[in-house]
Amino acid sequence: MTRLQGLPGVYAVTMRTAVQVQFQYRTQNYAYMLGMIAEPVIYLVVWSTVAEAQGGAVEGITRGQFAAYYIVWTLVRNMNIVFTPYGWEERIRRGVLSGMLVRPVHPIHYDVAYFAGWKLVVIVLWVPIAVVLSLIFRPTFDVGPLQVAVFLVAIWGAYLIRTMLLAVLGMVSFWTTRVSALYDLYFTAELLLSGRLLPLALLPAWAGTVAGVLPFKYTFGYPIEVLAGTLGTGELLAGLAIQIGWILASTALMAAVWRVAVRRYSAVGN
Amino acid sequence: MTADRPHRGGLVWTYLRVGAMNELQYRVNFVLSLVQSLVAVGTALVVLALVYSHTDSLGGWSSNELLVIMGVYVFMGGLIRAVIQPNMQQLMEDVQEGTLDYVLTKPADAQLLVSVRRFGLWQAVDVLVGLLLVVVALARLDQPVSLAAVLAFAAALVLGGVDIYCFWLILTTAAFIVVRVDTIVELFDGMYQAGRWPVSIYPGWLRIGFTFLVPLGFAVTVPASALTGRLSGWLLLGAAAFTVVLLVLSRWLWTQGLRRYSGASA
Repeated sequence: MTRLQGLPGVYAVTMRTAVQVQFQYRTQNYAYMLGMIAEPVIYLVVWSTVAEAQGGAVEGITRGQFAAYYIVWTLVRNMNIVFTPYGWEERIRRGVLSGMLVRPVHPIHYDVAYFAGWKLVVIVLWVPIAVVLSLIFRPTFDVGPLQVAVFLVAIWGAYLIRTMLLAVLGMVSFWTTRVSALYDLYFTAELLLSGRLLPLALLPAWAGTVAGVLPFKYTFGYPIEVLAGTLGTGELLAGLAIQIGWILASTALMAAVWRVAVRRYSAVGN
Repeated sequence: MTADRPHRGGLVWTYLRVGAMNELQYRVNFVLSLVQSLVAVGTALVVLALVYSHTDSLGGWSSNELLVIMGVYVFMGGLIRAVIQPNMQQLMEDVQEGTLDYVLTKPADAQLLVSVRRFGLWQAVDVLVGLLLVVVALARLDQPVSLAAVLAFAAALVLGGVDIYCFWLILTTAAFIVVRVDTIVELFDGMYQAGRWPVSIYPGWLRIGFTFLVPLGFAVTVPASALTGRLSGWLLLGAAAFTVVLLVLSRWLWTQGLRRYSGASA
């Protein structure tokens, strides 16, 4: 086996380490994933109840489609878990970053690689959960090979966009460590405008327009709807193109903020 | 009771006072708690508006009636975060590290002691916000609320709070057996979210779970039912009986757990 050099080598090693570590903690990973199921199940029950009261569908979304939406949700949500901004605060406040700065590659690479490796474990652990949820809630899927292919790309696009956005949010800690209120506001906006709480079609028209120009949708609602919605081929591919745009934009923003921010970093220690 | 053994009520009061004094040192945290509480309530109101923009009634509850549920939910959440959760987390930690020894050697009931050691004063802001929501909801409902309903509400609220406490204590006593229970808090947080909605909307098996296993039905839906004319005397009686059963069960499990506790210094 030839050893990979440079950045691909860093990624390969970090991802392999993550897979090994996280498989060791599979019980804990599972408990965590099971705890997360409560959220979509609650949304699903609420919207199913509304659908029933409205004669079977809300805005054309049937009970089975809601089930499909929130079951795919569980995987997309797991793909969405990235290095938390609270973690950045910790790194900056306690000086952990000092050790990372002397390495020859940008710290973001470790986060991207480590969590990507972790995702591989999570996807494997997710399959039985999806099977059980499907048996209970009977989703209706209308999926072809194109949808599956786009979905497999889109969940990684979602992962990258959210990684970059939360890194930018985390780097605010370079300027101030009182960040919890800011994070609260950010996560609230994300909850409402991403498709996490409800399919975006259920938002009032103006809010739907706002959600369309923000990146949140491409980390949540879009990947879910690829598999569970009724997007046409054009919409499927356009979504991917917009995702690529947001990946580039958020990465550029992250790099720019990092460049300014790291000059302010003055912690000692580690 | 001998003179050097403090009265139980006095003991609880002393602990609460010391806890509050500790918290009063960090006044900025009040603002932070308030902001967090307002963001959470604001979000919940938006969610409520979104749901009711597509329907007039959810499982038989109108939007203003659901606001009562939300108020009780926020109230209970405050109670949990201010009193129940901090104490139970401290207990988990003490079992893990063997520091429970210090509690057990004190000349008072250990269960009482581990239940009142911590008091998050600022988290209690949700208790007030929750009550405020209930009042606003009742004003918007514009139906006279009888004194009997208010008394039943108060009684159901107390019973519900005790139910949640017993539930946490039972979960925490699992720490005596499996030691690593950090994920319990996460699990409970996730499930508590279900209390935002009337338990009647959940499919059968989930409804039973949210009523008896995680007593959200008794803690949130039942008190809210008292104020919205849904509570029969029998249901309140049932809630009381359930609370007694939980109290006895949690007490028994606690003593069983203590027997397994071997300390760290021993």
